[in-house]
Amino acid sequence: MSPRTNLPGRKEPALRPFPTEEDLKAKRAFRPISRGRQFTDKFVGGLVTAAFLVALAPLLWVLWTVVSKGFPAILSSDWWLRSLQGVLPEEFAGGVYHALYGTIVQALMAAVISVPLGLLVAIYLVEYGRGPLARLVTQMVDIMSGIPSIVAALFVFSLWVSTLGQHQSAFAVSLALVLLMLPVVVRNTEEMLRLVPDELREASYALGVPKWVTILRIVLPSAMSGIISGIILAVARVMGETAPVLVLVGYSRSINFNIFDGNMASLPLLLYTELTNPEAAGQLRVWGAALTLIILIAVLNIIATVASRLVAPKKS
Amino acid sequence: MAKRLDIKDLNVYYGDFHAVDSVTMSVEPRSVTALIGPSGCGKSTVLRTLNRMHEVIPGASVKGHVLLDGADIYAPDVSPVSVRRTIGMVFQRPNPFPTMSIRDNVVAGLRLQGEKNKAKLHEIAEQSLRGANLWNEVKDRLDKPGGGLSGGQQQRLCIARSIAVEPDVLLMDEPCSALDPISTLAIEDLITELKEKYTIVIVTHNMQQAARVSDQTAFFNLAGVGKPGRMVEIATTDKIFSNPTEKATEDYISGRFG
Repeated sequence: MSPRTNLPGRKEPALRPFPTEEDLKAKRAFRPISRGRQFTDKFVGGLVTAAFLVALAPLLWVLWTVVSKGFPAILSSDWWLRSLQGVLPEEFAGGVYHALYGTIVQALMAAVISVPLGLLVAIYLVEYGRGPLARLVTQMVDIMSGIPSIVAALFVFSLWVSTLGQHQSAFAVSLALVLLMLPVVVRNTEEMLRLVPDELREASYALGVPKWVTILRIVLPSAMSGIISGIILAVARVMGETAPVLVLVGYSRSINFNIFDGNMASLPLLLYTELTNPEAAGQLRVWGAALTLIILIAVLNIIATVASRLVAPKKS
Repeated sequence: MAKRLDIKDLNVYYGDFHAVDSVTMSVEPRSVTALIGPSGCGKSTVLRTLNRMHEVIPGASVKGHVLLDGADIYAPDVSPVSVRRTIGMVFQRPNPFPTMSIRDNVVAGLRLQGEKNKAKLHEIAEQSLRGANLWNEVKDRLDKPGGGLSGGQQQRLCIARSIAVEPDVLLMDEPCSALDPISTLAIEDLITELKEKYTIVIVTHNMQQAARVSDQTAFFNLAGVGKPGRMVEIATTDKIFSNPTEKATEDYISGRFG
């Protein structure tokens, strides 16, 4: 339609011979990289690598120490399947079954409370929140994520034990862990939901799908992979928290299935208690418990990766 | 099925900013209306107000009336969800749902509205894919993710998804701007076919496209820097491209500005 599309017939361009190596060397159209820049490049590259190695060294050191000292302890099946009930401080027998159970139960219970709460808060912030209330909630989540674990533990102690008159128990520990986990879950879920492109929400609205169905069936599934791995990593994170178990529950050498009453061991608490045991058996148990905790958290990390791969949207 | 749209004194605001000034136009059933004009003149904004999609943007508001066969879509008791069920939309960039297979993408609207009958959903999926000229290309991989298709196929998938909910009107916001010329041709052919059943309003930057597919064309322009966009002229496509009334329209379509 426009006259511009009608191009005049062009002449076929003549083929020129490709220049030889000598021609190319003789002709320098581009400025070479200066000596100074080459040096700076190498120097800064070296600095960055060195910084990486410095950061990596303590990590490997810790890992090596714990594995080499704790490995003999975790080899027996008793270590995984028995508690320390009736085991004398100086004998190496029994295992950390009771503490493993305590750690997993306390963390899971914290997750059961904080995951639904955290998901709902994040959905509110991303999909609905506007204005002062949303800003307030965001600010509160920020402040919460800065609370030291000992403060969370003391808060739960003063509320749950002193004010409400409840017993020290595994559940009290879980309440403190909720305070630590909640901001992590909210923050991570919020970020994952914001990554879902608005085009997907619009595509759903344009089909006459209500907003809440869009969130449940389009937005959440699209972000599920990142949300799940964030939750599992948050669980792994609180498993190593020590302040809540020191303040809110007593140590027990045997297993306790009652989460609302009585002492219950956990890996950090067992570690802390056995530190004061001067016998060689106690030291071995400390290293073994440390290695067990590291293995537990590593397993959760692997589960997080696998789970997020499984629910991630697939390309054909 | 296809219904007529009457737009009367439609003004669009983003917060305090007056984005589009007083648009009045009518769209006949089973016709294609193209909205053309330079970037930022408000044609996409107007398109979005035709199924209340602009309400997704915080602060956007509308004054005026949009009548679908005489019924005001902005009447106080009308929910935007029900408006969007009857007035569908296809977007600039193809946006299939990444978590769903090709078939689930097509019937997503019905399934998310609560339809559970598998046999019925399969039948509608096939009908819609045939309607979007995509069936032969995807019939052997209906359970594969929609994200694995080419851009042009994805856009036809999105059109199939839109017609699966049987709307009365189909709005298209630059549906070919992210596609190559061959895919564009496929979509344009499809628009010509869809015209038999639907009322179509299309925003395009491609004037040849407007000339090829539309029955009437509306030219939009900015009244000036910082001023709202407005509709300069609307007429049959033949008239707009051969003998426009306004000088601005002629300048634009002949490439003298914009």
